[in-house]
Amino acid sequence: MTTSPSPNNTRQRALVIVATLALLAVGSLLLSCAVGSVPIALADLPGALAQVVHGKPETLAATLFELRLSRALVAFVTGAALALAGVMMQALLRNPLADPYVLGISAGASVGALAALMCMCALWVVDASAFGGAVLVSAMLYLLARRGLRSGAPAEGGASTLLLTGVILSSACMALVTLMLSIAPEGRLRSMIFWMIGDLAGAPLRILPWLVLAGGLLFAMRSARSLNVLAMHAEGAAALGVRVGALRKGLFFVSGILTASAVTSAGSIGFVGLIVPHACRFAFGPDHRLLVPAATLAGGAFLVLADTLARTVIAPQQLPVGVVTALIGAPVFLWQLHRLHRT
Amino acid sequence: MIATSQLTLLAGARTLVRDLNWMVGAGESWSIIGRNGAGKSTLIRTLAGLRAPDSGAVILDGRPLAAWPLAELARTRAFVAQSRSDAFGYSALDTVLAARHPYGATRYWEDDADQAAAQAALAAMEVDHLAPRDVRTLSGGERQRVAIAAMLSQDTPLLLLDEPTNALDLAHQAAVARLLARLCREQGKTIIAIGHDLNLAHQASTHALLLMGDGEWLAGPAVEVMTAPLLSRYLHHPIEVLTHGARRLFISSEG
Repeated sequence: MTTSPSPNNTRQRALVIVATLALLAVGSLLLSCAVGSVPIALADLPGALAQVVHGKPETLAATLFELRLSRALVAFVTGAALALAGVMMQALLRNPLADPYVLGISAGASVGALAALMCMCALWVVDASAFGGAVLVSAMLYLLARRGLRSGAPAEGGASTLLLTGVILSSACMALVTLMLSIAPEGRLRSMIFWMIGDLAGAPLRILPWLVLAGGLLFAMRSARSLNVLAMHAEGAAALGVRVGALRKGLFFVSGILTASAVTSAGSIGFVGLIVPHACRFAFGPDHRLLVPAATLAGGAFLVLADTLARTVIAPQQLPVGVVTALIGAPVFLWQLHRLHRT
Repeated sequence: MIATSQLTLLAGARTLVRDLNWMVGAGESWSIIGRNGAGKSTLIRTLAGLRAPDSGAVILDGRPLAAWPLAELARTRAFVAQSRSDAFGYSALDTVLAARHPYGATRYWEDDADQAAAQAALAAMEVDHLAPRDVRTLSGGERQRVAIAAMLSQDTPLLLLDEPTNALDLAHQAAVARLLARLCREQGKTIIAIGHDLNLAHQASTHALLLMGDGEWLAGPAVEVMTAPLLSRYLHHPIEVLTHGARRLFISSEG
């Protein structure tokens, strides 16, 4: 009566799922390029794509295509990084409800970014300062919770030291954020709040986030088997030959860098890092060998679609994408949570 | 197989075990017996290499435990913890397959041999019908049997078990005791287990280690160590030993 999958079936199923999600991701990018205040007809898409690829967009469609593609690509890399960071953070804390922001890395970035915005700094200073804030908080967290990260201490104790330290650092940063918002000049408030919600308008397409994403994905895929063992057994993973301390440190740093990179380019977009890994785990199971690539692709596609919605739903006005992800994310998450508790 | 030399274990300021010099030979089956908090779990975690000794050393196959590479160690000893906290919805089969990790850490997927080992282990613990179930939905006893199945699929010469018959019903307690005894006898496995049921311990083990909890210890063959006066002293509770046919029965002699 049991239909236990043979290794070949597991592999095939994983391939099919990842391939489907990759197609969906490409589809979401194309859709995002076609849709907008001036839609591009489906028939014009290949021509526009060809012109953009050759580096000389001439028609209106091609110009629009290039603009939208660049924004969609930023959305994709941001969403993918957040979802991947979420998967890692959940494995690190052994808590399926953790997200990349739970340890205060995005709150640190907010402090940096808002300080720069308040001082009317140039865009690159805002980004650098956001990244600096994220790195600073990660470093403090590491110093304070170093012992919890290493193995040795009982698993639950270790993880909760880290979690509690992160939550407290996060609220300290949020207090600074509130302070800055209350003393900031009127004219700066709008840009500060948009940064907090997470906004992709005007986010430049850079190569660095792609490199970070590729590095993070490589790390996660290489340690996917160990991640499974760690997620199942916590400290006991060491009895199966997993170097628990090194793996947890790796997870901490890689997910921290992914989060910092995502937050730096797009502000603190909520819920992607929480619901995408959660939904993928719900749909495809908790095996990290499939979950890691699946959540990365799904996270990218999700944010591309959410951003398309954000810039079209009340066009010509644009919503910050963080509003859309939160509006979709909160109910979806609650629904999943209740299904989880019923079973 | 495994030995300790001058091993001392502390819990805060308390000395649980002092200068333990203990030899466990291949194919022997040991029970660790002692009261709650006597340091049984601490000792077995130290033997598993999950906790560093406070002084002294654990020597596995002639090599100090600290000198073993983790992966090689994982192919030599398996450890079943006292309790499990399942945070994610892995299937029972997943958790048993994960115990094959030491054999294929460089491969991305498990191969047919891993699959076969996992299926055989599940069948040995009579939990093959639970293979596709989410471990979080299993009962305590079912989860415990899946954990023992995982240990079997890890296929190591040394087995360390922290209260393996915890949460099992009577029939499965006896089955586990029989299985452990058979593994020793037929496959020459070495077993160290913690258990509170003296009858089960006596049935499954050839030797016993008694822990007082204040540093004092006593190790020896079960016939010599599991006697009424010694057990009563180490467990702080009067114990009587009765002979019923060929079996020795241990009962509490107070109400």
